[in-house]
Amino acid sequence: MALFQRKRRNILPGFGLSMGYTVFYLSAIVIVPLSMVFFNTIPMGWEPFVHSVTAPRVLASYKLSFSTAFFAALFDAFAGLLTAWVLVRYRFPGKQFLDALVDLPFALPTAVAGICFATLYSPIGWLGQLLAPLNLQIINTPTGIIIALIFIGFPFVVRTIQPVLEEMEQEIEEAAHCLGATRWQTFTKILLPHLFPALLTGVTLAFARGIGEYGSVIFIAGNLPMKTEIAPLMIMSKLDQFDYAGASAVALVLLCISFSMLLLLNAVQEWQQKEYRS
Amino acid sequence: MGIELQNINKTFGDYKAIDNLSLNIPSGDLIALLGPSGCGKTTLLRIIAGLELADSGKIILENKDTTNLPPREKNVGFVFQHYALFRRLTVFENVAFGLKVLPFKERPARKEIRERVEHLLTLVQMDWALDRFPSQLSGGQRQRVALARALAVNPRVLLLDEPFSALDAKVRQELRRWLRKLHDEIHVTSIFVTHDQEEALELADKIVVINKGRIEQQGTPQEVYDHPANAFVYNFLGNVNVFHGRIHNGKVSLGAHTVDAPDDLKNVEEKTSQTFVRPHEIGISRIRSNNNDLEGTIREVRLQGGQIGLNIECQGIECPIEAEVPRELFNNLQLAKGVQVFVAINRVRVFTGDYEI
Repeated sequence: MALFQRKRRNILPGFGLSMGYTVFYLSAIVIVPLSMVFFNTIPMGWEPFVHSVTAPRVLASYKLSFSTAFFAALFDAFAGLLTAWVLVRYRFPGKQFLDALVDLPFALPTAVAGICFATLYSPIGWLGQLLAPLNLQIINTPTGIIIALIFIGFPFVVRTIQPVLEEMEQEIEEAAHCLGATRWQTFTKILLPHLFPALLTGVTLAFARGIGEYGSVIFIAGNLPMKTEIAPLMIMSKLDQFDYAGASAVALVLLCISFSMLLLLNAVQEWQQKEYRS
Repeated sequence: MGIELQNINKTFGDYKAIDNLSLNIPSGDLIALLGPSGCGKTTLLRIIAGLELADSGKIILENKDTTNLPPREKNVGFVFQHYALFRRLTVFENVAFGLKVLPFKERPARKEIRERVEHLLTLVQMDWALDRFPSQLSGGQRQRVALARALAVNPRVLLLDEPFSALDAKVRQELRRWLRKLHDEIHVTSIFVTHDQEEALELADKIVVINKGRIEQQGTPQEVYDHPANAFVYNFLGNVNVFHGRIHNGKVSLGAHTVDAPDDLKNVEEKTSQTFVRPHEIGISRIRSNNNDLEGTIREVRLQGGQIGLNIECQGIECPIEAEVPRELFNNLQLAKGVQVFVAINRVRVFTGDYEI
């Protein structure tokens, strides 16, 4: 729709060129490679496709991938918001250090993170040792997967909220206090609505990243069929068995679900923005 | 008393923002805190609101000691320079906010809130914008909504921090008059901070001139303007010509020229002095009417609306003199750049001692 509106004379020059570039870039980097998934699946035919993507093991892996990514993103929403808050609002020694630490999950090879978590939470690891007597097992369970995904998605939330929080004038909060609002009321009625779009973006990114995450998860998940096999692992194991068509079928379904969820979240965001902007 | 401040002190690091300041404001008055930027006037306002904590001193609002209360319990209406409206809430919700956050027992019924908000928005002439968002309003409209929002909670006192300075000249003037009218209707004790002497003179019942965290003078606009307590106040309240010279045996020297000293300084034998003359108190004519007139040449002519500003170079005086004449006189005397004129200095204010501006 926005595309057609632009047909009116636009003050900003270069729409044709920049739009052309955008389409080209997205085609070359995103659409064409991903369409291979689609074209690789076609020769398979409908029946085998349905059969392969509705196998109980595959269905279980979808469920696991989406649910763990969801819960991890949800946790990141709280943890990320709090961290961003602390980094923006307070001054304390070591702030720069903490700030740099946030980005570490971006920089680290995800497999390294996976191995670290596996070692830490194994029954003889530092934390695993403490949890074992309580009969709490982290490794080889969905909880372990969620922990790995929390780690991976965390920076997305912090980094999207931080600039919005920085831009927010202190006066807004002061105004709320003067009007008699408690800190909690100021947070829920003023701050949170203000941060919500950024929070949603961050959570969406963390969620999307969580669905696709492979490296860090497989070390801690234990990869038990029907229990802790994530969808990306299903794809990998099908590839290992030279079942290329089956792998792309699973990938195609994963891709479609992910894309429609991202689309939905974007729509929610747009609707949110439209409400208060003229 | 509406507002009583007793011995307020506040320092930021080494910087003394408020220096042992005491002030009493009667209930229902509209007061201007006037001073240059950095003089501590905004800090003082924030201390009254509880947004800043004083190092020492007492704050009593409508006979209640509020010194140690947090802002939300002070029941003070605060209007910010940059409006500070809640962007994600409509105009209605902005104004209703203070009522909706009240504890359940004190909170008015929905219908009552609606009526009160609508009443306030009618009062500030914004009743047509109930469902708009702040981003859809102009600066002046936003500030009026902010004022309605501050009034919604029936504040003990209303504090306005340079409320009009972010607006353009025309809107500013309009809002000024409108605020004065509004205050005459609702009579809540109000303080507004400004660095604009015109605003203070036009709007306030009383002006408090502040410099370096201290009160220089307080009084009605007339008192402060006509009888400034010291050179700072005189200088701050309007454009001024300053002559550095000496006072000697009842005569004040302005360069080579002398005028009679004011009565209270007649007996001063010898002292350095500073003489202040307002541009509109300088008489201009084409013929010498008095032996004491200065002779000068117009160097510059500036149009200032109804008045014409003149820059005149006078014989025997180092700095050029700034004068203001009504347009009619300007035309009648056929004044122009380069014309010879006689300058009469009618009213002078002399302050002795050294004073740095």
